[in-house]
Amino acid sequence: MKKQTDSAVAVIQIHDLCKSFGTNQVLDHFNLELHQGESLVVLGRSGSGKSVLIKCIIGLIEPDRGSVEVLGQNVKDLDHVGLDKMRTQVGFLFQSNALYDSMTVRENLEFPLRRHSINLSQEEVNKLVMEALESVGLEHTVDLMPAELSGGMRKRIALARTLILKPAIILYDEPTTGLDAITSLEIIALMKSINERYQTSSIIITHDMKCVQLAADRVAILIDGKCYAEGTYDTLRQSTDEKIHPFFQ
Amino acid sequence: MLHLPPLPESTRLFLRDTGEMSRFIGRFFVEGLRPRYEVAEFIHQCFVIGYKSLPLIALTAFIIGLVLTMQLHPTMVFYGIEAQIPAMVGIAIIREIGPILTALIFAGKIGSSIGAELGSMKVTEQIDAMEVSGTNPFKYLVVTRTFAAMLTLPFLVIIADAISLYGSYLGVNIYENLSFHLFYEKILDYLFFMDILPAFIKTFFFGFAVGIIGCFKGYYSNKGTEGVGRSANSAVVVSSVAIFILDLIAVQVTDLL
Repeated sequence: MKKQTDSAVAVIQIHDLCKSFGTNQVLDHFNLELHQGESLVVLGRSGSGKSVLIKCIIGLIEPDRGSVEVLGQNVKDLDHVGLDKMRTQVGFLFQSNALYDSMTVRENLEFPLRRHSINLSQEEVNKLVMEALESVGLEHTVDLMPAELSGGMRKRIALARTLILKPAIILYDEPTTGLDAITSLEIIALMKSINERYQTSSIIITHDMKCVQLAADRVAILIDGKCYAEGTYDTLRQSTDEKIHPFFQ
Repeated sequence: MLHLPPLPESTRLFLRDTGEMSRFIGRFFVEGLRPRYEVAEFIHQCFVIGYKSLPLIALTAFIIGLVLTMQLHPTMVFYGIEAQIPAMVGIAIIREIGPILTALIFAGKIGSSIGAELGSMKVTEQIDAMEVSGTNPFKYLVVTRTFAAMLTLPFLVIIADAISLYGSYLGVNIYENLSFHLFYEKILDYLFFMDILPAFIKTFFFGFAVGIIGCFKGYYSNKGTEGVGRSANSAVVVSSVAIFILDLIAVQVTDLL
């Protein structure tokens, strides 16, 4: 059963977003809204601009045109301090996990806490680190290096690092890519439990249909740089549109 | 209207890289002088870049001092001027061999390591993750590493010069019996302040070249793991060439003084 979302409150609003690299128009007047408490999956083929879209949301890529509003703030208008503040409320799980190789799991988790200039005692930092690790079931890895962990464990640690600032929104970039089927299911279950436990809203970028089926409250399909269609998994699955149908085969 | 033929691809790439490098250097000075200063990371990098390069540089310097003396000895004996070996080796090491050799080893070890480290961070999105975590990756990675390379190389050169001269002293003592005190006195008799100062100053520029080129190559690494290898390799090649060019400029400037 899909959970209830507050459709009145949009936590992310994307209007007419355009981004091109050279002559390649990746996003072409893309529009989308994410509502509070919602899990929105953005589905698209490889290279269709899904990752570019969420990097525009977090301010890692500057769009050519259009606007992205996150929690009521236009990302384009934010200065360095404002951007940092916004990023404490928006977690980002990278496709490649992006764990710092030269740091232990503890240091990886402490990094965002220390860098965002949040004044916390060492005791409070330790508590938050252990709490985040506990939520992904990997407390015993606290002093290990990322190289000592399996692919699934690294994904969980990356998720714990995303969670440590208790963000209101989490952006997942291909969370199940490169994982075996069983580990993928575990990660999807973990994402769902995190959404429920921390009351987060999320955008999940994927082309893994199992992930779409299990995690999505709503699905948006990105084709030719535009939001071609949106709806629930079941609605879109029954579509006879020749561009939508191949995704659900 | 005059129609010029298009520039060859290699020339265009060279000009593009030069332009990007100039912009990167400009950004280094802007970011480096503006707070927040990454002091803890800078100290950590001084340890990683400086202290950990010491064994390799010390060993090479010792061997060079020893071998140079042993190679020179027969010729100097032939001309009957073997008493001048300490002065000759001393000036050669302090003015040229010490700085250039240490800088080249430094470029091989540190330039490649910075290029590979930053390149791998780039392709695995660690640099983006750093930015999302409230950190300016340019300051944290580039400014700290370049300043650390700039600051540690001169000290490594001083240590390398001393060890190299000690190697030379042992080399002299293979053939003759010369006291340590007399060996250094002979060097100091012929060594002037203007031999030491330019040699010391140019090493800051060598360190800067190794640091900034390694960072530039790594920071703009692409094409996955293949790109990481290429970044490491080209960091060594470009910084080695830059060291020779800077050395040539330093010699010309020193001659004018």
